[in-house]
Amino acid sequence: MKLQVYDRALFTLLAALLATLLMATVSVASFAQERKLVITGASTAAPLVAEIAKRFETQNRGVRIDVQTGGSSRGVADARAGISDIGMVSRALSGEEQDLKSHLIANDGMSVIVHKTNPVQALTREQIIDIYTGKITNWKDVGGKDGKITVVNKAEGRSTLELFLAFFKLSNRDIKAQVVIGDNPQGVKTVSGNPGAIGYVSIGAAEFEAQNGASIKLLPLGGIAATTENVRNGTFPLSRPINIVTKGVPQGLQKQFVDFATSQAVTDLVKEQYFVPPAR
Amino acid sequence: MFRLPADKVLQRALFVVALLTASLVGLIILFVLRETLPALQSPGITRFVTDESWHPLEGKFGMLPMLWGTLFSTTLAVLLATPLGIGMAVFCRYVAPPALVSTFRGLVTLLAGIPSVVFGFWGLTVLVPLIARVEPPGASLLAASLILAIMILPTVALMSEAALAAIPESYAQGAAALGLGRRATVLRVMLPAAKSGIIAAVILATARALGETMAVLMVSGNVVETPTSLFAPIRTLTANIALEMAYATKFHRASLFVSGLVLTAVIMLLAWLAYRAEHHIQKATGVLHAA
Repeated sequence: MKLQVYDRALFTLLAALLATLLMATVSVASFAQERKLVITGASTAAPLVAEIAKRFETQNRGVRIDVQTGGSSRGVADARAGISDIGMVSRALSGEEQDLKSHLIANDGMSVIVHKTNPVQALTREQIIDIYTGKITNWKDVGGKDGKITVVNKAEGRSTLELFLAFFKLSNRDIKAQVVIGDNPQGVKTVSGNPGAIGYVSIGAAEFEAQNGASIKLLPLGGIAATTENVRNGTFPLSRPINIVTKGVPQGLQKQFVDFATSQAVTDLVKEQYFVPPAR
Repeated sequence: MFRLPADKVLQRALFVVALLTASLVGLIILFVLRETLPALQSPGITRFVTDESWHPLEGKFGMLPMLWGTLFSTTLAVLLATPLGIGMAVFCRYVAPPALVSTFRGLVTLLAGIPSVVFGFWGLTVLVPLIARVEPPGASLLAASLILAIMILPTVALMSEAALAAIPESYAQGAAALGLGRRATVLRVMLPAAKSGIIAAVILATARALGETMAVLMVSGNVVETPTSLFAPIRTLTANIALEMAYATKFHRASLFVSGLVLTAVIMLLAWLAYRAEHHIQKATGVLHAA
């Protein structure tokens, strides 16, 4: 009969444990509801938003902000579905996304990059199109050294790809790429490791990596140098807005964060990330 | 109230645990099937085979080049890693001095513990530029196969060594009594005796190579093309999911789940082959290695 007693004790213990767990979950959930923000979306925007979030957390005790990447489409989808409190979108909202409210936090330019040792100083719009569609496959045809061109393209669905295709009026099916990459750092590493490569990444990312010793060179476009300065003054043609989006008018902690992220208080962070602060 | 004998309680608890584990597999397959349904209905299952290219946003769903990419890179990696791994196992077991063995085994175990993303990063910054010097773009079938080979090498080596270690002492004694040298002992007695274990090692390594994502994504170029040479870029089914999933919606998303389904099917086929192989060997060698 000892066994029975033992069993009963065990089950009581288990029940008590379960109850405790349940209570803990409930309290954690209610705690999280008040003091936690989830932000998801564009990988271009994530490093900046993470820095803004860090500063926001130090100024508002007890707030925890969770920043996750996954692309602009995820930023839109999550904000719309209420999975996240705020979405990050590295482009202007499209017509069918007008149900969301966007808040501009920075501008970003996109730049065509080649290897540092590549003697080519500039490419025309037509040359870039011909290279990406496989009509030109050797650098000597555009004034460079004799050598195969490695075309680096972005994976389907990335907003950088959409922007690139829209700007050069190309369809992804026309592009003859040798390498397809995911995010900006991978693009920079691919080009810096291959003297014959050409790719395109965010100016912010490219300028940052080039200053930190990556073997890449940013090519001008239409005679205008690819610099954050030229994105700021609006002369660089290939640029895009970095937005955070909310479902409807922001409220409570959400509003507090949106106001903070669009204020002068984060201008230095925007610059640090090689983005361009919007005029305020 | 609870008058169950302890044994019964344990028995039932274990049954529940086992049921949960087993049903997980079923649930995952069901989930993947459900997610692929929109794609299987609208573009239709044949489009995944007949379409000439993969541009899901433009309504092209050809998946065959990626299946070839997966199969080629895995096959090459297994062909590279198997002789190396078995060689390593034989060396540690029968040739190397004991002091060296523990160092070697430690290093191989360490190799097994390195996260795949580290292999990918190394491949992207070292291996790919090296290959690009021979034949651009560098990111290629060759790079993917080499990285995969390094990654699955520990699996082959460690499991083969375990299989060799499990051979009863009497085999070695018998070989010695027959006056066999080391070469004949290893090649004619030990390796055949450890065959089923070694085949299991190779199959497990193959499964790992098939499923590997991050490292391959970083070095393979990811262009959706049937590779025509070792230096051509490839995209594997796993890399396809990882590259595009975060950004995919609707049909695009559903067709990525088809990638997953195809991959699952390939691995199931492999498991079946493994089962057949083991069955075959058991029949050939009798009961001794039934375990």
